[in-house]
Amino acid sequence: MSTTLSIHNTPAAKAPSSTTEPWLVRALLIGIALAFLTLFLFVPLVAVFFEALKKGFGPYWAALAEPDAISAIKLTLITAAIAVPLNLVFGVSAAWAIAKFQFRGKQFLITLIDLPFSVSPVIAGLIYVLIFGAQGWFGSYLSDNDIKIIFAVPGIVLATIFVTFPFVARELIPLMEAQGSDEEEAARVLGANGFQIFWKVTLPNIKWGLLYGVILCNARAMGEFGAVSVVSGHIRGLTNTLPLHVEILYNEYAFTAAFATASLLALLALVTLGLKSLVEWRTHKRINEELPPENPQP
Amino acid sequence: MSTLSSGRRNVLPGFNISLGFTLLYLGLIVLIPLSAAFIKTWGMGWEGFWAVVSTPRVVASYKLTFGTSLMAASINAVFGLLVAWVLVRYDFWGRRIIDALVDLPFALPTAVAGIALTAIYAGNGWIGQFFEPYGIKIAFTPLGILVALTFIGLPFVVRTVQPVLEDLEKELEEAAASLGANRLQTFRHVILPAIGPALVTGFALAFARAVGEYGSVIFIAGNVPMVSEITPLLIITKLEQYDYVGATAIAVSMLVVSFTLLLIINLLQGWAKKRQEA
Repeated sequence: MSTTLSIHNTPAAKAPSSTTEPWLVRALLIGIALAFLTLFLFVPLVAVFFEALKKGFGPYWAALAEPDAISAIKLTLITAAIAVPLNLVFGVSAAWAIAKFQFRGKQFLITLIDLPFSVSPVIAGLIYVLIFGAQGWFGSYLSDNDIKIIFAVPGIVLATIFVTFPFVARELIPLMEAQGSDEEEAARVLGANGFQIFWKVTLPNIKWGLLYGVILCNARAMGEFGAVSVVSGHIRGLTNTLPLHVEILYNEYAFTAAFATASLLALLALVTLGLKSLVEWRTHKRINEELPPENPQP
Repeated sequence: MSTLSSGRRNVLPGFNISLGFTLLYLGLIVLIPLSAAFIKTWGMGWEGFWAVVSTPRVVASYKLTFGTSLMAASINAVFGLLVAWVLVRYDFWGRRIIDALVDLPFALPTAVAGIALTAIYAGNGWIGQFFEPYGIKIAFTPLGILVALTFIGLPFVVRTVQPVLEDLEKELEEAAASLGANRLQTFRHVILPAIGPALVTGFALAFARAVGEYGSVIFIAGNVPMVSEITPLLIITKLEQYDYVGATAIAVSMLVVSFTLLLIINLLQGWAKKRQEA
């Protein structure tokens, strides 16, 4: 399933009247679009910060400084710190094999890499319970050796890796396919070894796409709820990530604390969108710089 | 393994190790765990499987999940097209910030979206209070589920239609206008056919996402069995009752639907690409 979102920020062109609408129609369409976005996007975003700060900064900071909140923040950071680098290495490796070489079943492999996007997060959690849970394939072996995966941190990390699995790969594969491998082949002929080719030729070419994938991967890793919820066991201070902490507080009617915690995640989302726009702007600029000026490409 | 199917000898190193690692990681993280669900269900036999997935409560959850997902994807198709149109064709103050914010549902954790939507669409919420006097309850009813699913599916249609609209040749519209078509006719007969495949793809993506959605829905749904209980929640409920077999059977029924959707989306994207190149 594709969620590849390429945005070409070409400013709306000044068009002759035969290809645009009367002023009134334009204003009306813009008005309806903005009203829809306001109802479904902007109001919820504002509500998070409003509800979090409703009782002032005192209760806000108190909710964030609470030991359970701190340990949730730590666990969220640890989870992302393991899941994102692993999926990064996988993404680069998969993109290298798929973009630089021809082999049978390539298209099928790309579809398989996309698979986690089409699986419900709840099912992503469930499948690890079936393998590592008390009644699962390795359940008795794990309990005999006193290893906990489900209702413990390893399960949370595994579920997070699953749901963020395709992000880096699907960003890099089309990028590296479009770039081809002429530069790498030239480096090879000049005597560079594999690592030199990757570090000095490939990486500089893909760094913005790589960053883009990592940003999206990280946002999802820190914000995942459904999959983590199934495998976590919701043990406060131990297996609670930030999104799960939000849920617990909310279900206890500690609304201010819930929204305070949620505001951290909303900030993360805003930072993600900001970085994403920056990277898009940067790659766009780069493409324009590299093309001859008389032939700019969107 | 041979690297030589392209005729020209590939001089680059690292094929075996990168493909090997890719397959190993894919197998360990995705394929083997997913197969666990199918193996577990296989053990139930067809009768056992059917007994679980045809109970009234499960069927009610399917109807709710697929019904609200279809409606949410339809709302997104209409308004997503409008938003994409406005962002590509018109220049107005704040356009670029709004363009960036369209991706918010991708970046905002679902649990945060869930509690925020519940707060504003509840009877005493910022938006819910305007509907309350007319006896319309949004939060804690299937209508609330529709709101949450519309939120999370919003970027899909916008982001699939937007690039196609940008690449659309203005000459076609000018030609239509010079042949005497008005704007509405031009839109129906020139623009809509060109963006059709992208629009259908965006619709399918939004629908597929909505079917599996859990985090944003459970806060706003009310979660009453037979009325406002979505299928992913039912899986969790069965798990909490240690009914692993039941939970897995429902999960497999959903996986089959998801994989079918994935196949359809792949075909749609191939179609859209062809249309765009033609």
